[in-house]
Amino acid sequence: MYPSRFSYDAPTTVAEAIDLLRRAGGEAKVLAGGQSLVPMMKLRFASPEMLVDINNIPGLAYHSADPDGTYRIGALCRHEDLEKDAELVTQQPTIAAAAPVIADPIVRTRGTVVGSLCHADPQGDWASVMSALGGSIVAEGPSGRRSIQCAEFVNGPFQNLLEFDELAIEAFVPPPVGARSGGYLKLERRIGDFATVGVAVSVESSGDQVTRAGIGLTGVGPSTICAEAAAELLVGQDLNPETIHRAAELASEISQPRSDHRGSAAYKRHVVATFVTRILSSLELATREAA
Amino acid sequence: MTSLFEVVSEEASADTPIRRLTVTVNGNQHTLDVEPRLLLAHLVRQALGLTGTHVGCDTTNCGACTVLFDGSPVKSCTMFAVQADGHEVTTVEGLASASELDPIQEGFKDEHGLQCGFCTPGMMLSAKALLNENPDPTEDEIRWALSGNLCRCTGYQNIVKAVLRAAAGLRNQEDAGEDETS
Repeated sequence: MYPSRFSYDAPTTVAEAIDLLRRAGGEAKVLAGGQSLVPMMKLRFASPEMLVDINNIPGLAYHSADPDGTYRIGALCRHEDLEKDAELVTQQPTIAAAAPVIADPIVRTRGTVVGSLCHADPQGDWASVMSALGGSIVAEGPSGRRSIQCAEFVNGPFQNLLEFDELAIEAFVPPPVGARSGGYLKLERRIGDFATVGVAVSVESSGDQVTRAGIGLTGVGPSTICAEAAAELLVGQDLNPETIHRAAELASEISQPRSDHRGSAAYKRHVVATFVTRILSSLELATREAA
Repeated sequence: MTSLFEVVSEEASADTPIRRLTVTVNGNQHTLDVEPRLLLAHLVRQALGLTGTHVGCDTTNCGACTVLFDGSPVKSCTMFAVQADGHEVTTVEGLASASELDPIQEGFKDEHGLQCGFCTPGMMLSAKALLNENPDPTEDEIRWALSGNLCRCTGYQNIVKAVLRAAAGLRNQEDAGEDETS
């Protein structure tokens, strides 16, 4: 299968890339990992007139923490780069848990985190993870840089808030208030499938008290769901079985799953509650007994 | 029969964007003029005649078209040829030397790691990338590393055995090499 005809450029600076996007006037797409874009172009769901390949721009493949704890993922950081980073489990446990369950190993060598976020597939894993973590996208355009909260970045299926002449150059997670813990669990029928249910949990804590929390749900609604009430309930609490149980129930209630070939709505709701419970109970912070 | 590569070239008119690329495939450098929409899979199959790379699903699911791109496994149906400009590609034809098979190929031969053989090139290249990074993988690690490659004969059992044997073969080879030099 061939995509329809397009012109191609592979700039070597961010400024050049932005200029190409600006001159294309909204008819260009950015090519990073291409693991969603290329299949969509081959199936002719997407027919951009131009591709701006950013793979030759040096300095975008990073993933690292600033001294203040802000965690940055550059536009060319591949899923595999995160999967192979042994330190990530302690630094960013939710991201570390998600990276190995994105698509399949071959896709992970090419696909990028920022590209996935921009692709804005309603059933994508990273949007839940980054929403739970309170992450943002940094967009650079002709008039400079701006940050957009991941929870607001997607404004429709396969649509995001980027202007046509803006390039998403990184995603970042703000520093934690206290210690960071969390996880991501994904139920999939087979490797490479979309999530039947995916649950991202991020917990920040000081002593045994939760200072900040986020819960993102994948695959159980028309798009990513932020289970805000469930997350807020945890703040100021210790993670005892009763609190965990109530958070799991609230997350399950806010999910809007549909019955399909991956399972019934009731089953998916059950899995949401189970995954929230499983992740929270696995954290070091969790206590065995109700307070 | 007209190849897809030629179809793309024949259709080309004055305003067709053509890019020149230089790519090293199995150690040989090639410079070609291609349309940006030519896929890497079609570059190696049609333009270079290396038909060992199989196109299976053509939708980024099956992994049959896996090649090594700068040593990493990629689905060559999901990359454009122009993206390989200045890079190194290894296809299944690049595994064996003139005189002997690669230990991966020996493993697949000895353990009967194939039935119809369609998925085999992709399986072997994913396995090659795994063993380059991890010369002594567990069975679980092999299954994990090959989870992007589908075998519809479901010969997975023997494929995993083949990779285990290849790993042992490679380690023996290295030990023998060390003995010779010591």
